[in-house]
Amino acid sequence: MASVSGEVTSVLQPASQNARLARRRSRFIREKAIESVLFLAALVSVFTTLGIVYILVAESVVFFEQVSLWDFLTDNQWTPLFDDAHFGILVLLSGTLTSSAVALIIAIPLGTVIAIYLSEFAPFSIREIAKPFLELLGGVPTIIYGYFALLFVTPLLQWFYPALPGFNLLSAGIVMGIMIIPYVASISEDAMRAVPMNLREGSYAMGATRFQTATRVVVPAAISGIASAYILGISRAVGETMILAVAAGMQPNLTFNPLEPAATITAFIVQVALGDLPHGSIGYQTIFAAGLTLMLFTLACNIAGHMLRKSFREAY
Amino acid sequence: MPNARDLVAIRALIASHKRWDMLFGVVGLVALMIGVLTFVALFADMAIDGIPRLNWDFLTSFPSRKPAQAGILSAWVGTALVMLVTAFFAVPLGVAAGLYLEEYAPKNWMTDIIEINITNLAGVPSIVYGLLALGLFVYQFGLGHSVLAAGLTLALLILPVVIVATREAIRSIPQGIREGAYALGGTQWQVCKDHIIPYSMPGILTGVIIGMARAIGETAPIITIGALTFIAFLPAPPLKLEPPFVSFDWLFSGFTVMPIQMFNWTSRPEAAFLQNAAAAGFVLVIMTLAMNGFAIYLRYRLRKNIKW
Amino acid sequence: MAAVHIAPNIEPRADAGKPVPKAEARRLSFYYGAFRALKDLDLVVHENRVTALIGPSGCGKSTFLRCFNRMHDLYPGNRYEGEIRLYPDDTNLLAAGVDPIEVRMRLSMVFQKPNPFPKSIFENVAYGLRVRGERSRRVLGDKVEEALNGAALWSEVKDRLDDLAFNLSGGQQQRLCIARALATDPEILLFDEPTSALDPIATASIEELITDLKKKVTILIVTHNMQQAARVSDYTAYMYLGELIEVGRTDELFIKPKNKQTEDYITGRFG
Repeated sequence: MASVSGEVTSVLQPASQNARLARRRSRFIREKAIESVLFLAALVSVFTTLGIVYILVAESVVFFEQVSLWDFLTDNQWTPLFDDAHFGILVLLSGTLTSSAVALIIAIPLGTVIAIYLSEFAPFSIREIAKPFLELLGGVPTIIYGYFALLFVTPLLQWFYPALPGFNLLSAGIVMGIMIIPYVASISEDAMRAVPMNLREGSYAMGATRFQTATRVVVPAAISGIASAYILGISRAVGETMILAVAAGMQPNLTFNPLEPAATITAFIVQVALGDLPHGSIGYQTIFAAGLTLMLFTLACNIAGHMLRKSFREAY
Repeated sequence: MPNARDLVAIRALIASHKRWDMLFGVVGLVALMIGVLTFVALFADMAIDGIPRLNWDFLTSFPSRKPAQAGILSAWVGTALVMLVTAFFAVPLGVAAGLYLEEYAPKNWMTDIIEINITNLAGVPSIVYGLLALGLFVYQFGLGHSVLAAGLTLALLILPVVIVATREAIRSIPQGIREGAYALGGTQWQVCKDHIIPYSMPGILTGVIIGMARAIGETAPIITIGALTFIAFLPAPPLKLEPPFVSFDWLFSGFTVMPIQMFNWTSRPEAAFLQNAAAAGFVLVIMTLAMNGFAIYLRYRLRKNIKW
Repeated sequence: MAAVHIAPNIEPRADAGKPVPKAEARRLSFYYGAFRALKDLDLVVHENRVTALIGPSGCGKSTFLRCFNRMHDLYPGNRYEGEIRLYPDDTNLLAAGVDPIEVRMRLSMVFQKPNPFPKSIFENVAYGLRVRGERSRRVLGDKVEEALNGAALWSEVKDRLDDLAFNLSGGQQQRLCIARALATDPEILLFDEPTSALDPIATASIEELITDLKKKVTILIVTHNMQQAARVSDYTAYMYLGELIEVGRTDELFIKPKNKQTEDYITGRFG
């Protein structure tokens, strides 16, 4: 109402025109100011990324001034805290790759089967119960999974195979795989649910069974979404920390045998952080070089996943 | 046109195909059960070992060298304080960023970069955030191994969760509501403040709770910034008797949190400490399950209630 | 009757003989949960003829069509009453002991919107055969060529059988779906508004194809377009609110409908 009466008076009294303009200007300024504040909030995420890159690169540069990149990539020992220091990232990478492989051998088949089951087979009631349950499973803190791997799964495995050491990559990998199942299952299921119903009907109308429809039509149609779920699973496995720090031991060990204990890149960072290393020492710098390696790996995964998702969106 | 023989052949074929259906129905259920049973085993394992140790003293004692006297007082107080800082930064920043991206952002390269960046951040391992915080907050900003540094770290970690939840909640508001509000002469900010934010509140809340549940359980980044594992004191209280009555000293205090306390006990060889770890773990699991369960329930209610 | 603008299809049939029933709905009712969508329908579908189902949207014509290959079994809460008998073996397609998959192997369907699978052109057409366990590349190749010829698509795609089916135009995709349905030698071909998503030129080619196809196969087609029914069908059934109002030879039904409601609909006074 106020603006209407303002309109009327302004026609009658040209003098108040300025006041109206001033009010409009102040409103414009306020709107612009708010928009700028919101924009800055959105920029925080960009600054976070820039911050991560800056810190990792800047601290790694200090590291690579003392250790050559060649040694870093080819040395087969990792003893940064010894007098005779060696910095072969392969040692940590072997632990990361082995434990991730074990995890993915568990998570990818089970996650995919669960996704197909929930999307194409399960009755409504099972799906309604299972989905929140999987979500809860994905929300359990990883330290809990670590405890579970060390004190439940390892003794269980030792029961079958007594020679298994108390710290090993196998039980950490298995538990990590179970932790990743919900991610793989829920993203794959979303991708399958996005497959239009008329494709399924087309298949059923040809006399196909559920299994034939699921494997020959729905899965191929959702394949890029499923692949991006796998990639997310890989990046989760590679970046997982606490399960490995607790259950796989923190001793660097160049091995691809899951029955042995070994440190991963992430477990090493935890180990160094637990000790009180002085800022600027070579030991302190190594964790940034290790972190940079990790970051590059997961970045590659993210980019691959992003490209897959994009092609996935274009399909329909 | 099939004769009777063809029909018999077709039926045999269908029967053999349907065996695959049956088989997969069973395999799928078994796969699901592996997940469910693991969860049950994990929960039961933690409960059986931990519940006998849970009592009032456990909640009100500091950690100790003697496992029977040790408790989680400093851990849960630390967790509460860190969560306070995390929520203080993550919620306004996340909601503002989500609001900007949905309501204000022009379609240009800058917006694309922000969006791609948020997707990428969601996939960055949490320990990398720890390294960022170690380099930036602890040393460059000189915050030290403090509650503030930890809270900021976790705020950055859950920011993508809050932003994504905000955007989804806002996106589900029909265009008609905006148009109606603009038609009444509202400015963009008035429409956001009076309509968009209130209507998307339940969705945002769901995202915030899920994000906070994740932050409570995060261990790696907090270890990386050098939280101490043995803390036998509480940070300075935020309220004082003498003026100015509030104090922010606690922000710069050393601290420990629940998952770190649990990690500390888990890495001790004595069985009595492992029992403490189970008890702490049980409390932690209950906290995260309650939060996630509440968020799931909230979302379920939301889907049922709102029919635009 | 001055308002009829349609030129009905009254030229003498080349295959005019005594029509033989291929399928017959008897007192068919269908329920979505508690809602009775079809009410006591009786309809005979004649062999090697085109039967069209017409009626205003929501009248249940697609629901009726989807009863023939038991598509409703895919969703919970649906229920049939009555029978659909398939001749010459006189099987009740809706009987509890009859597997919907078996029904779908005998009757093929073409949908409203072209729905090629995300596979190559060849694999799309071969899909039904593969589902039936056919593995021989030679048999598949022959059948695919035959089906694509039958759908008047062979000359357009024979050099790019391995291309993704999504790369075809809308009309080509629909003919591909027809080829897919033909490849398994169905006894009845069900069309659910097959041209509603297509432009007029593609529509004309599909209609031509349907007229051609009836030499080989019995056709039941749902259409929202009365001119289309008049152009392609031998028999027409008019449905309204889940009931069959009138069934008859297309030429008769369009020229002198017996029922007032049918007349109102086809003269455009209603619908």
